[in-house]
Parts: sequence; structure tokens; C-alpha cells
Amino acid sequence: MSKIAAILWKDLLSEFRSKEMVISMMVFSLMVAVIFNFSFPPGSEFIKDAASGILWMTFIFASLLGMGRSFVYEVDKGCMQGLMLAPVDRIVIYVAKLLLNLIFILIVESITLPLFSIFFKLDIWTDLGAIALVIFVSSLGFAVIGTLFSAIAVNTKTREVMLPILHFPISIPVIICAVQATSAIFQGEAWSVIWGWTRLIIMFDVVFFIVAFWTFEFIIEE
Amino acid sequence: MNNGQNSAIQVEGIQKSFGSQYALRKIGFKLEQGEFLTIFGPNGAGKTTLIRILSTLTKASAGDFTISGISPQKEPEKIRRQIGVIGHQTFLYEDLTAAENLRFYGRLYDVENLAAKIEQILEDVGLGLRENDRVRTFSRGMQQRLSIARAMLHEPQLLLLDEPYTGLDQHASEMLSGWLKDLRLKNRTTLMVTHDIERGIDLADRVAILVKGKLVYNEQRKNIDLKNFRQTYYDYVEKGGAN
Repeated sequence: MSKIAAILWKDLLSEFRSKEMVISMMVFSLMVAVIFNFSFPPGSEFIKDAASGILWMTFIFASLLGMGRSFVYEVDKGCMQGLMLAPVDRIVIYVAKLLLNLIFILIVESITLPLFSIFFKLDIWTDLGAIALVIFVSSLGFAVIGTLFSAIAVNTKTREVMLPILHFPISIPVIICAVQATSAIFQGEAWSVIWGWTRLIIMFDVVFFIVAFWTFEFIIEE
Repeated sequence: MNNGQNSAIQVEGIQKSFGSQYALRKIGFKLEQGEFLTIFGPNGAGKTTLIRILSTLTKASAGDFTISGISPQKEPEKIRRQIGVIGHQTFLYEDLTAAENLRFYGRLYDVENLAAKIEQILEDVGLGLRENDRVRTFSRGMQQRLSIARAMLHEPQLLLLDEPYTGLDQHASEMLSGWLKDLRLKNRTTLMVTHDIERGIDLADRVAILVKGKLVYNEQRKNIDLKNFRQTYYDYVEKGGAN
């Protein structure tokens, strides 16, 4: 755990000073929120149906922007070798990067969500616990997949394009469940419906983490 | 390999290929505890590949090696704890300060009395007054000195040096040579790859030449005359290791 904390501390401190990841994620999210706010007439009923899709599209693209950077510095400056020379299990590096991505995604989401509720006049406060749960487990799923694929993409020439190409097909189950669960919350549906989708997301999170656990070492080594 | 326990490094038949291209061909040598081996070779000889294999960054295509009798397949983390690597790249984070970089690596290596060691080692490399400055404000030579501190912080038993003098000014180069001589006195084992003949010979107990992936020469330093060695080296390089 102390090794994970050490890597996480180093990355958070670097990001706190460079502000490369969070700023780009935040600007993207705000732009999408503003653009869609002007796309629908005020009070439109269609917004309620489309809101969860727009919200998750924003979260997913913002997440990809951030996750795409998570290994870039390590590789471009040769620091990945420094990490790999250290007496730490490779999975420790993965878990630290996963937590880093999750933290940044959750920060951006926690700022974007209230803005969406204002722009689209959505009530997020009545079922805040359910929304927070769905957002957390879905974001975890994106981060689990995204961290693994960003380690693959970073070594390719077209790294910015490669991450979405790898990420989307695999994360579709999580995206569908996240949109459905959020839509159910906005439509005021029963908890059993929301929990049904959330349970599926948790299941995907576990499966994806197990896959990442077994494959990460082979991905970062030659 | 069962007889590697007494050797700091024992390498047997290591090969590395990238597709049909061989970077290393059946490399074999033995290095006792406290010995300093310098391997000379021209660009593309396979020197960096050899360092990468011995430091567990890359797996050999064939052959095996042990470090203090430990196999990299069985206990890679134990080997990494014993190794310090100084290479072309510094492995430093530019947005962190000198002290923060060392604190980070110290935590990865579970270094005890970390704060005191960081203070001491920064003084040793002449960066005591810059400990709270970000690495991005350092010159290449200062970064290389900090990289040396990073590699030495956990007091490794084996140092793997890949062209360590690259980017160092005269003062820093002499400082590094002094450190490496001190390490010999402390019975630390060192393997350095370089094409700097003067410095390499000066520090070495044994000298080897690597050309086109083959170890074509391996001799005790005491048996080598510097003038003749220079010619020997050029002969091997020109003939592409065919001697």
C-alpha cells in the first residue's frame, strides 16, 4: 500500500503543479455542457430523455482526455524505466495509476454534474446517493479499462487516437448500464431498476479489473 | 545455474534478438563481488541491451543470469532492490524538486532514515542548496548528478552504468569517478558500459569489448597496456568482432 501511495503522491503533486490533466478535462466538460444547453429550447421535455446520454458522453470523453495522459510523462521522459527498476510489483504501478485516473475523473464529474443540473434543470439532489453510486462505479469501470489501454496506447505513434479506439468497444457495456441507470434516476423509477443496472456495472468492474490484473505486467514489459 | 551464489553476476549464453536481428549473441561472463568491469563497444554493439537485461527491464531471448545467486525469473524484485542503474535518461520528474524526487524513489525502495539520507546524498552530489528547486530548473549536468544520487540512495550492491559520464561537466565527471572508486573500496560491484576508453580503463579491474552483440575480449586490467589496448579496441571494432 505504501508503494501505491508513493506513486499516487508523486503523480498528484506533479499534476497539482502542471495542471495538465484536470484543466483539459474540465474545460472540455464545461464546453459540452454550455453547447448542449444552447441546443435545446428551455423547458423542453426532450432534455429529460437525452440528459443522461449527454451527461455520460461528456464524462466519457473528458475521462479519455485525462487517462490518455496518465502514462505519457513516464514514457516520454524515460521515468517508466525508473518505476520498473524499483522493487515493486507491476500491479502496484497499475493500481496507483488507476486511482489517479479515478480521482481526476471524479473531481471533474463532481464539478460538471451540478452545472448540468443547472443548465438542464435536472433534480440531482433528491436521489443524490443513487446518482453518486452510479457515477462512482461507472467511473471506476472507465478507469479500470482506460488505465490498462492507456498503457498500451502510450507506446504507439497514434496514442491520442488509439485510446478511444481501444476503450470504446470494451467499455460499451458499462456505458449502456450507466446511461440506463442515470436515466432511471432522472425519470424517478424504482430503486430496483436502478440497482439492476448498477449491479451489472459492478460486475463489469470486477471482470475488467481481473483482466487488468493478469495482463498489465505483459503490457508494460516488452 | 546452480553455481552463481558466489558471484556478483554470472551470465551464461545470453542472447537477445529483435525479429531476425541479433542484439546480443551468447554473452557469458562472471563478475565477483567488489569487481569493476568496464565493457567497451561502439554504437549499436548491444551495450545498452545488456544493461537492460541485467537490470530486469528486458527479458533475454535465450540464456540465463544470476545476481548474487538470485534468478531474475524467480525473484525479480529482490534483484531490483540490489541494483542501482544510471543510464542515458535520468528517471527524474521535472515538476518535483530534487528532494521530492529522492523521497519518491526512497519510498519505493523502503530506504530507512530517508530524510537524513536525502540531505546527505544531496550534499555529496553538490546539490544541497538546490534541494527545494524543481528539477526542470536544473542543467543537464545537475540532473545527471541528481540521477546519480537517485541510483545510490538505496545503497545498491551492484551498480549498472550505461554511459554515466554523458552530459557531465569536468567537475561532475571527477566527482563521479571519485564515487565509483569509493564504491570499490566498499566492495560494491560495478558494471559500466562506455566508449570512453580513458575513464573506463582507469576505474576497471577487468575490461571487455562488445562488438556486434559478441563479447570478443575479456581481460584483467593489470594485463592491459593502455596504448596497446586502444589499438586492440579499434582493431576489433573495424573487423566487426571477427578477431
